[in-house]
Amino acid sequence: MTQTNDIRIEKDLENKRITVTRYFNANTDLVWRAWTESEILDQWWAPKPWKAETKKMNFKDGGQWLYAMVGPDGSKHWSRVDFKNIKSGKSFEARSCFSDENGEQNNDMPTLYWKNQFIAEGEGTNVISEISFTNEVDFEMIIKMGFEAGFTMGLNNLAELIASKQLS
Amino acid sequence: MRRDVFQAIADPTRRAILSLIAFQAMTPNALAEHFESSRQAVSKHIKVLTECELLEQKQQGREIYYYFNPKKMKEVDKWLDQFRQMWESRYTKLDNVLKQLKTKSK
Repeated sequence: MTQTNDIRIEKDLENKRITVTRYFNANTDLVWRAWTESEILDQWWAPKPWKAETKKMNFKDGGQWLYAMVGPDGSKHWSRVDFKNIKSGKSFEARSCFSDENGEQNNDMPTLYWKNQFIAEGEGTNVISEISFTNEVDFEMIIKMGFEAGFTMGLNNLAELIASKQLS
Repeated sequence: MRRDVFQAIADPTRRAILSLIAFQAMTPNALAEHFESSRQAVSKHIKVLTECELLEQKQQGREIYYYFNPKKMKEVDKWLDQFRQMWESRYTKLDNVLKQLKTKSK
Protein backbone atom coordinates (compact mmCIF):
# COMPACT_ATOMS: atom_id res chain seq x y z
CA MET A 1 0.00 0.00 0.00
CA THR A 2 1.41 3.35 -0.97
CA GLN A 3 0.43 6.01 1.44
CA THR A 4 1.92 9.39 2.04
CA ASN A 5 1.67 10.60 5.56
CA ASP A 6 0.99 14.24 6.25
CA ILE A 7 3.71 16.45 7.54
CA ARG A 8 2.89 18.85 10.36
CA ILE A 9 4.78 22.08 10.82
CA GLU A 10 4.29 24.26 13.89
CA LYS A 11 5.81 27.58 14.75
CA ASP A 12 6.62 28.46 18.31
CA LEU A 13 7.59 32.10 18.26
CA GLU A 14 8.22 32.40 21.95
CA ASN A 15 10.86 29.73 21.90
CA LYS A 16 12.22 30.56 18.43
CA ARG A 17 11.41 27.11 17.31
CA ILE A 18 9.82 25.27 14.41
CA THR A 19 8.60 21.74 14.89
CA VAL A 20 8.25 19.28 12.03
CA THR A 21 6.28 16.10 12.79
CA ARG A 22 5.79 13.14 10.49
CA TYR A 23 4.61 9.54 10.85
CA PHE A 24 6.53 6.74 9.13
CA ASN A 25 5.27 3.26 8.35
CA ALA A 26 8.28 1.54 9.88
CA ASN A 27 9.33 0.58 13.35
CA THR A 28 11.42 2.87 15.50
CA ASP A 29 14.51 0.74 15.05
CA LEU A 30 14.50 1.21 11.27
CA VAL A 31 13.63 4.90 11.38
CA TRP A 32 16.37 5.47 13.93
CA ARG A 33 18.89 3.75 11.68
CA ALA A 34 17.76 5.85 8.72
CA TRP A 35 18.53 9.01 10.68
CA THR A 36 21.81 7.90 12.17
CA GLU A 37 23.63 5.73 9.62
CA SER A 38 25.30 7.75 6.91
CA GLU A 39 24.86 5.09 4.21
CA ILE A 40 21.10 5.45 4.67
CA LEU A 41 21.10 9.22 5.26
CA ASP A 42 22.89 9.71 1.94
CA GLN A 43 19.92 8.08 0.22
CA TRP A 44 17.29 10.50 1.43
CA TRP A 45 18.64 13.58 3.23
CA ALA A 46 19.02 15.77 0.14
CA PRO A 47 15.84 17.02 -1.50
CA LYS A 48 15.67 16.42 -5.24
CA PRO A 49 17.66 16.93 -7.43
CA TRP A 50 20.50 17.17 -4.92
CA LYS A 51 22.42 14.31 -3.43
CA ALA A 52 23.95 14.00 0.00
CA GLU A 53 27.47 12.63 0.19
CA THR A 54 28.98 11.77 3.53
CA LYS A 55 32.66 12.41 4.05
CA LYS A 56 32.79 11.50 7.71
CA MET A 57 30.23 10.17 10.16
CA ASN A 58 30.76 9.47 13.81
CA PHE A 59 27.38 9.13 15.45
CA LYS A 60 28.08 9.41 19.16
CA ASP A 61 27.97 12.17 21.76
CA GLY A 62 30.46 14.78 20.61
CA GLY A 63 30.83 13.10 17.23
CA GLN A 64 30.31 14.72 13.86
CA TRP A 65 28.69 14.20 10.52
CA LEU A 66 30.42 16.00 7.68
CA TYR A 67 28.60 15.86 4.39
CA ALA A 68 28.15 17.68 1.12
CA MET A 69 25.01 18.50 -0.79
CA VAL A 70 25.99 17.78 -4.36
CA GLY A 71 24.14 19.64 -7.07
CA PRO A 72 23.24 18.40 -10.53
CA ASP A 73 26.18 20.43 -11.83
CA GLY A 74 28.53 18.74 -9.36
CA SER A 75 28.86 21.76 -7.07
CA LYS A 76 29.26 20.89 -3.40
CA HIS A 77 27.95 22.67 -0.32
CA TRP A 78 29.36 21.36 2.91
CA SER A 79 27.64 21.08 6.26
CA ARG A 80 28.78 19.85 9.62
CA VAL A 81 26.52 18.35 12.26
CA ASP A 82 27.64 17.88 15.89
CA PHE A 83 25.73 15.32 17.93
CA LYS A 84 24.94 15.28 21.62
CA ASN A 85 22.54 13.79 24.18
CA ILE A 86 22.06 10.63 22.16
CA LYS A 87 19.51 8.31 23.75
CA SER A 88 19.68 5.32 21.51
CA GLY A 89 16.42 4.64 19.67
CA LYS A 90 14.68 7.54 21.42
CA SER A 91 16.17 10.94 20.73
CA PHE A 92 19.26 12.93 19.90
CA GLU A 93 20.28 16.55 19.63
CA ALA A 94 22.42 18.16 17.00
CA ARG A 95 23.95 21.45 16.07
CA SER A 96 24.26 22.03 12.37
CA CYS A 97 26.23 24.66 10.49
CA PHE A 98 27.66 25.39 7.09
CA SER A 99 31.30 24.53 6.73
CA ASP A 100 34.08 23.91 4.30
CA GLU A 101 35.11 20.42 3.25
CA ASN A 102 37.23 20.07 6.38
CA GLY A 103 34.32 20.86 8.66
CA GLU A 104 35.55 24.37 9.44
CA GLN A 105 32.45 26.43 10.25
CA ASN A 106 31.32 29.26 7.95
CA ASN A 107 30.49 31.99 10.45
CA ASP A 108 28.58 34.09 7.96
CA MET A 109 25.76 31.60 8.01
CA PRO A 110 23.22 30.81 10.70
CA THR A 111 23.57 27.83 13.00
CA LEU A 112 20.61 25.56 13.64
CA TYR A 113 19.87 23.38 16.63
CA TRP A 114 17.93 20.17 16.32
CA LYS A 115 16.19 17.90 18.70
CA ASN A 116 14.82 14.74 17.13
CA GLN A 117 12.49 12.40 18.94
CA PHE A 118 11.40 8.99 17.75
CA ILE A 119 8.14 7.81 19.22
CA ALA A 120 6.59 4.45 18.45
CA GLU A 121 2.91 4.50 17.52
CA GLY A 122 1.18 1.35 16.37
CA GLU A 123 3.39 -0.34 13.80
CA GLY A 124 5.05 2.93 12.89
CA THR A 125 7.04 5.80 14.27
CA ASN A 126 6.46 9.49 14.78
CA VAL A 127 9.49 11.65 14.20
CA ILE A 128 9.36 15.03 15.90
CA SER A 129 12.08 17.47 14.84
CA GLU A 130 12.44 20.67 16.79
CA ILE A 131 14.56 23.14 14.88
CA SER A 132 15.62 26.24 16.76
CA PHE A 133 17.89 29.24 16.78
CA THR A 134 19.57 30.80 19.73
CA ASN A 135 21.32 33.72 18.08
CA GLU A 136 20.47 37.39 18.31
CA VAL A 137 18.20 37.47 15.30
CA ASP A 138 14.70 38.59 16.15
CA PHE A 139 12.94 35.44 15.20
CA GLU A 140 9.43 36.79 15.51
CA MET A 141 10.12 39.69 13.20
CA ILE A 142 11.70 37.36 10.74
CA ILE A 143 8.68 35.08 10.87
CA LYS A 144 6.32 37.98 10.28
CA MET A 145 8.27 38.94 7.24
CA GLY A 146 7.86 35.47 5.87
CA PHE A 147 11.55 35.01 6.07
CA GLU A 148 11.40 31.95 8.23
CA ALA A 149 12.37 29.42 5.64
CA GLY A 150 15.55 31.28 4.92
CA PHE A 151 16.61 30.55 8.43
CA THR A 152 14.96 27.28 9.17
CA MET A 153 16.33 25.66 6.11
CA GLY A 154 19.80 26.69 7.08
CA LEU A 155 21.18 23.56 5.53
CA ASN A 156 21.74 25.10 2.14
CA ASN A 157 18.56 23.45 1.01
CA LEU A 158 16.78 26.64 0.27
CA ALA A 159 19.35 27.85 -2.20
CA GLU A 160 19.31 24.48 -3.82
CA LEU A 161 15.56 24.32 -3.91
CA ILE A 162 15.37 27.73 -5.49
CA ALA A 163 18.13 26.88 -7.90
CA SER A 164 16.31 23.74 -8.94
CA LYS A 165 13.07 25.65 -9.38
CA GLN A 166 14.81 28.08 -11.63
CA LEU A 167 16.22 25.31 -13.71
CA SER A 168 12.86 23.76 -14.31
CA MET B 1 17.92 45.05 -15.66
CA ARG B 2 15.19 43.31 -13.77
CA ARG B 3 16.37 41.37 -10.78
CA ASP B 4 14.54 38.38 -9.44
CA VAL B 5 14.01 38.25 -5.70
CA PHE B 6 14.52 34.53 -5.52
CA GLN B 7 17.68 34.66 -7.52
CA ALA B 8 18.88 37.38 -5.21
CA ILE B 9 18.30 35.28 -2.11
CA ALA B 10 19.64 32.11 -3.63
CA ASP B 11 23.13 33.37 -2.84
CA PRO B 12 24.23 32.54 0.73
CA THR B 13 26.20 35.76 1.21
CA ARG B 14 23.23 37.83 0.15
CA ARG B 15 21.00 35.93 2.55
CA ALA B 16 23.48 36.65 5.30
CA ILE B 17 23.48 40.36 4.34
CA LEU B 18 19.68 40.40 4.48
CA SER B 19 19.58 38.78 7.87
CA LEU B 20 21.98 41.36 9.24
CA ILE B 21 20.13 44.31 7.75
CA ALA B 22 16.72 42.93 8.72
CA PHE B 23 18.01 43.17 12.27
CA GLN B 24 19.48 46.63 11.95
CA ALA B 25 19.95 49.24 9.20
CA MET B 26 23.60 49.55 8.28
CA THR B 27 26.10 51.50 6.24
CA PRO B 28 27.99 49.59 3.55
CA ASN B 29 31.18 49.84 5.60
CA ALA B 30 29.59 48.50 8.77
CA LEU B 31 28.16 45.68 6.73
CA ALA B 32 31.44 44.82 5.03
CA GLU B 33 33.05 44.32 8.43
CA HIS B 34 30.88 41.27 8.95
CA PHE B 35 32.28 39.51 5.92
CA GLU B 36 35.60 38.17 4.89
CA SER B 37 35.05 39.02 1.25
CA SER B 38 36.28 42.34 -0.14
CA ARG B 39 34.27 45.52 0.23
CA GLN B 40 33.92 45.51 -3.51
CA ALA B 41 32.31 42.07 -3.44
CA VAL B 42 29.97 43.13 -0.64
CA SER B 43 28.88 46.28 -2.48
CA LYS B 44 28.15 44.17 -5.53
CA HIS B 45 25.80 42.05 -3.42
CA ILE B 46 24.21 45.20 -1.99
CA LYS B 47 23.64 46.42 -5.52
CA VAL B 48 21.82 43.23 -6.50
CA LEU B 49 19.65 43.37 -3.37
CA THR B 50 18.84 47.03 -3.95
CA GLU B 51 17.96 46.44 -7.58
CA CYS B 52 15.36 43.89 -6.63
CA GLU B 53 14.12 46.22 -3.88
CA LEU B 54 14.92 43.96 -0.99
CA LEU B 55 17.07 46.79 0.32
CA GLU B 56 16.37 50.50 0.33
CA GLN B 57 18.92 53.20 0.84
CA LYS B 58 18.41 56.33 2.89
CA GLN B 59 20.80 59.20 3.31
CA GLN B 60 21.42 60.14 6.94
CA GLY B 61 23.84 63.00 7.23
CA ARG B 62 26.90 61.99 5.31
CA GLU B 63 26.23 58.31 5.48
CA ILE B 64 24.06 56.08 3.36
CA TYR B 65 22.16 53.48 5.35
CA TYR B 66 20.63 50.36 3.91
CA TYR B 67 17.22 49.25 5.16
CA PHE B 68 15.41 46.02 4.77
CA ASN B 69 12.21 46.29 2.73
CA PRO B 70 9.62 43.98 4.32
CA LYS B 71 7.03 44.62 1.60
CA LYS B 72 9.22 43.02 -0.98
CA MET B 73 9.71 40.13 1.32
CA LYS B 74 6.02 39.27 1.11
CA GLU B 75 6.85 37.71 -2.19
CA VAL B 76 8.89 35.34 -0.20
CA ASP B 77 5.94 34.34 1.97
CA LYS B 78 5.72 31.19 -0.02
CA TRP B 79 8.99 30.16 1.51
CA LEU B 80 7.21 28.32 4.25
CA ASP B 81 5.51 26.33 1.54
CA GLN B 82 8.87 25.60 0.04
CA PHE B 83 10.14 24.60 3.45
CA ARG B 84 7.25 22.21 3.66
CA GLN B 85 7.88 20.96 0.13
CA MET B 86 11.52 20.41 0.94
CA TRP B 87 10.58 18.26 3.92
CA GLU B 88 7.93 16.45 1.91
CA SER B 89 10.47 15.65 -0.81
CA ARG B 90 12.98 14.50 1.78
CA TYR B 91 10.47 12.41 3.71
CA THR B 92 8.98 10.81 0.61
CA LYS B 93 12.49 9.62 -0.18
CA LEU B 94 12.78 8.35 3.38
CA ASP B 95 9.50 6.43 2.99
CA ASN B 96 10.99 4.61 0.02
CA VAL B 97 14.26 3.91 1.79
CA LEU B 98 12.38 2.50 4.78
CA LYS B 99 10.31 0.30 2.52
CA GLN B 100 13.48 -1.14 0.99
CA LEU B 101 15.02 -1.69 4.41
CA LYS B 102 11.91 -3.51 5.57
CA THR B 103 12.01 -5.83 2.56
CA LYS B 104 15.68 -6.58 3.18
CA SER B 105 15.23 -7.38 6.84
CA LYS B 106 12.45 -9.87 6.14
